[in-house]
Amino acid sequence: MRLTRVKRARAAEAVARAILGASALLVVAAAAFLVLYIAKKGLPGLSWEFLTEVPKNRGREGGIYPALVGTLYVVACTGLFAVPLGVLGGVYLSEYAPKKRSTRIIRLAVANMAGVPSIVYGLFGLAAFVLAAGFGRSIIAASLTLTCMTLPVIVTATEEALRQVPADLRHAALALGASKIRTVLSVVLPAAAPGIVTGVVLGLARAAGETAPILFTGAVFQMRRLPDGLGSQFMALPYHIYTQVTSVPNWNRDLVWGTALVLVASVSAASAAAAIWRSARRRRISW
Amino acid sequence: MVTSVRSALTTAVPTLRETAEAAENVLEETIVRGRGAFDLQSVSVAYGSETVIADVTMGIPSQAVTALIGPSGCGKSTLLRCLNRMNDEIGNVRVSGTIALDGVDIMARGVDPVELRMRVGQVFQRPNPFPMSIYDNVAYGPRTQGIRHRDELDAIVEDALKRAALWDEVKGSLKKHAFDLSGGQQQRLCIARALATKPEVLLMDEPASALDPISTQQIEDTIAELKRSVTIVIVTHNMQQAARVSDQTAFMLRERLDEPAHLIEVGETRKMFTNPDDPRTEAYITGRFG
Repeated sequence: MRLTRVKRARAAEAVARAILGASALLVVAAAAFLVLYIAKKGLPGLSWEFLTEVPKNRGREGGIYPALVGTLYVVACTGLFAVPLGVLGGVYLSEYAPKKRSTRIIRLAVANMAGVPSIVYGLFGLAAFVLAAGFGRSIIAASLTLTCMTLPVIVTATEEALRQVPADLRHAALALGASKIRTVLSVVLPAAAPGIVTGVVLGLARAAGETAPILFTGAVFQMRRLPDGLGSQFMALPYHIYTQVTSVPNWNRDLVWGTALVLVASVSAASAAAAIWRSARRRRISW
Repeated sequence: MVTSVRSALTTAVPTLRETAEAAENVLEETIVRGRGAFDLQSVSVAYGSETVIADVTMGIPSQAVTALIGPSGCGKSTLLRCLNRMNDEIGNVRVSGTIALDGVDIMARGVDPVELRMRVGQVFQRPNPFPMSIYDNVAYGPRTQGIRHRDELDAIVEDALKRAALWDEVKGSLKKHAFDLSGGQQQRLCIARALATKPEVLLMDEPASALDPISTQQIEDTIAELKRSVTIVIVTHNMQQAARVSDQTAFMLRERLDEPAHLIEVGETRKMFTNPDDPRTEAYITGRFG
């Protein structure tokens, strides 16, 4: 009687382990397949010239240099706007916001912003930044649009990371006579840095890969020169893939897959760099 | 003959200088620092509308160890946090009555809790060093006070680590990360960190409850040494610990869940543990409840 119950428990445990293991394996397999597939399709198109030359013959030949630079440029600008704003917003929500209805409304707004489809951000950017603010189709208009899209990710990640910092650490600083702002800046933020950086990389990676928000706000099909300032239009990697496939007859498979590979590789490199930095710090932070 | 006089002189001169310096330090400390004695009059604490501690009146003598004992949930830690106004940070806590530190009401409007906390340090239940080096941990308080001078900071850090009995173990590795220390070392680091602001009072909230017996022993030795220069208030669940380290013991008890906790008895530790006035104190100390 007792033996069967033990046996049954053991069997349930085995089944649970199998199901959980299988689903984890499935996720890993899907990710591995995706990366390997893009690598296989994209590698033939890769070359030094591909990375350093302008597109020729409407993109069927030549390289993606202006698109690569354009994406870097836009992502850097987005980071410049979104990181300080997002981190400060997260700090406010976690450390300063009173536990009141107004705070709940802010949180709700942030959560809703994260759920807005990216094409809607594109339209909003066109109306607000291109037209109303008068930036025209430009790097600044596109970056501000991407900032709106990225902000909720960074705010939420920052707030979560700060919440994970034990209250004891805050109390230790306060008990030493530190003001609240000094406590936050010198103890809480550094302790939460790994989580914040993860959020920033996630948000900016998404910004780098999006087409819809830059569609109406500054990305162009082809440019022979590099963007020369915030008011300039630009080429971008995801938009380049989109226009090649949708509006170039007989598009060059190798080069388009190569572009996809470059995009995925840059985003992965950023995540990997963040992960390495984090694991170097994790030993330091042990709660 | 000449050499022996010279050697006697060379040993005597530094000793003389040290004596003079020590005398100067003592003088300076008695002038700059208060005595660090608390006087609590009818102190009550409420979380929202619920009064959790009612009407505590007691004195906390300077340069002695006062132990707060009582069963879990009897408000010992809450009362402790009144003394450096850390309850301010929790929100929705109301403290009434008067708490005077060396004759000055610390809850008066003009008192800045930030300044108060430099005079009344705290050590927490679990070691909570900052994620930074040993040196930076100890230097945190002085730096907060605006001390930037390297030599001055070095001296403060060394002094605080010595008083916390950690110096000998870490003097060669001050740049090491605080998390590389053992739990007991981390707790003594936290004591050093609290001492670095040169407080008159040190509050300790079950400082050894997360430590092994040997580390506990070291912390208790440190407390015995520290009480010569600082007033110590310690919350503890460990009766033997209270008996070992404290000079005065206060017993708190919440007799019913719908009533606030009261101070049942306060007195000299030896008397509290051998011949308490209140039967409830005796029952708790002998382990009959709690």
